[in-house]
Amino acid sequence: MQPLISLRDIVNRFGAQVVHDGVSLDVLPGEIFGIVGGSGSGKSVLLKTMLGLRRPTSGTVEVEGRDITAMNDEELREVKRRYGVTFQQGALFTSLTVAENVALPVAEAMDLEEEALASLVELRLRMVGLPLDAAGKYPAQLSGGMVKRTAVARALALDPVLLFLDEPTAGLDPIAAESFDTLVLYLRDTLHLTVVMVTHDLDTLARTCDRVAVLVDGKVIVDTLEGIVRNDHPWIRQYFHGARGREVLPAVEERRGA
Amino acid sequence: MEFQASLSEARDRLRIAGDCRMGDAPRLESGLDELRRAPPPALVIDLTAAGAFDIGPSWLLHRALAQLRATGTDVRIEGTPPEHFAYLDRLMREGAGQPAAEAGGGDNWLVHFGKRIESRWFSWYEALTFGGETLVTAATRWTSLRRLRIPSIVRHVYETGVQAIPVVSLIAFLISVIAAYIGAQQLRPFGAEIFTVDLVTIGVLRELGVLLTAVMVAGRSGSAYAAELGVMKLNDEIDALESMGMNPYELLVLPRVLALVIAMPLLTVVADAMGLAGGAVLTRYLIDLPWPQFITRLQSAVGETTFWAGLVKAPVFGALIALTGTLRGLQVRESSRELGRLTTVAVVQSIFLVIFADALFAILFLEIDF
Repeated sequence: MQPLISLRDIVNRFGAQVVHDGVSLDVLPGEIFGIVGGSGSGKSVLLKTMLGLRRPTSGTVEVEGRDITAMNDEELREVKRRYGVTFQQGALFTSLTVAENVALPVAEAMDLEEEALASLVELRLRMVGLPLDAAGKYPAQLSGGMVKRTAVARALALDPVLLFLDEPTAGLDPIAAESFDTLVLYLRDTLHLTVVMVTHDLDTLARTCDRVAVLVDGKVIVDTLEGIVRNDHPWIRQYFHGARGREVLPAVEERRGA
Repeated sequence: MEFQASLSEARDRLRIAGDCRMGDAPRLESGLDELRRAPPPALVIDLTAAGAFDIGPSWLLHRALAQLRATGTDVRIEGTPPEHFAYLDRLMREGAGQPAAEAGGGDNWLVHFGKRIESRWFSWYEALTFGGETLVTAATRWTSLRRLRIPSIVRHVYETGVQAIPVVSLIAFLISVIAAYIGAQQLRPFGAEIFTVDLVTIGVLRELGVLLTAVMVAGRSGSAYAAELGVMKLNDEIDALESMGMNPYELLVLPRVLALVIAMPLLTVVADAMGLAGGAVLTRYLIDLPWPQFITRLQSAVGETTFWAGLVKAPVFGALIALTGTLRGLQVRESSRELGRLTTVAVVQSIFLVIFADALFAILFLEIDF
């Protein structure tokens, strides 16, 4: 299977500080790919590199077989239309209503009648399970979970093949976080979306991710969660076998059995 | 394959060919719109040559078919329907019985008028409590030096005063040059060019110096105050301060107000000096008045109170600017647009207040012959 994204020997350097020292990984179509790592290990930088928001110091990023590091701005914009991205804080436009937020990328990309646009907004809200009467609300009037859902609705607005989620469940209560996991799985299963998510939530990781990339010491270790858990790198052991990690491990075991 | 949607001559067959991506939605929708405007009695959707559908266009097609069926059109699909139709059917069933999105209907004029009055009243009320809180804080914080936040005041004096010296000097110099130039031109026919000196010196010292400084400071620092406090408000920093038992008026408002009360007179002195220098330079070259004569003329033109009449207004203007800026900053709620709006309001209102106060001073000085 041809990978959807493939990073080869990515090096990212800020001055003397090397964040990524030869990172290579593949994201396959239709999978949910998790990225974990300690604070400062360069998760966000890696995400930005994949998104084409940052050119790596060296190395190549291929999306659907085309190297985006060698593209000009026009071509890159074309590729970016195939992405949906949600940011950690939601990054909703505070001066626009939920409906306007979701309609914005569509209205910018194409010429559609008001009515068709409103109908597409309704579709996206239904897809992420938001009540339709939230459409007229402003982001400041929404709960944390609704902000994240709206962000996903906006990210889905142009029918992307790839969805990037940065800490999608951070700051959500366990019930909201669980329903968010369900939503992500549902989108992947029904729409065959490929999802790349940065997360620290071990539950989310265990429940949704097919494969996990761990960023340690500027390198990356990619494996299924079961494989990662058995890895004996000290940081990984601490991460998954600490007090919090142990609670989640049974779920991983259970999934492997199923 | 390129997307195509073509309606047959008899308007009874819509042929869709190729992949239908989200980007093809406008073309699909325009075809469907034509059908909706005058629904045919029977319609065949020919999907035999159609490729993959994205969800967006699937939804538009799905919706249009439902609408056509509702108007009595007999719709039949040839070929395999888009794979997302099953998902969309389920979505509609799950979301059934939901209240539709509320149409943002406009209020009638009476409600609108009432809301305006209410918000205006609330704004006044807020300004009043703000003024009260600031006064109380100011009155009670003199007891100890620590409570006065000297380092904070010094920083603000530096930012609003010292850093404003270049721009204020330049503006004051240029304005007095302009005033002197026009004055000399108008007075020449009467042979009274020498009075240009009176015009410039009295004008600069009494009004122009302090007024221009105030306008510049309102634009620089009034807006900065509003934006700083507004962002702090958006980040919940103000709530954080209060939750730690600290008084935001003591920490944020009072130092800024005191800083401008201190900085404005100092800046005014600089502006006055530069204004006089501008007048001196221009009269020297335009009406050939040598420096010593300019000085003599200046001394006879300027009364004992002329300089003070300008300077005494400076702290008042400074307080007005700082209070307006901090008040508007604290009123920011919810959105970044609000931040921009209130920053603008802060600048416009502080300039208005400064000019209004200046008019009151003019009347006052006239009455007491200052």
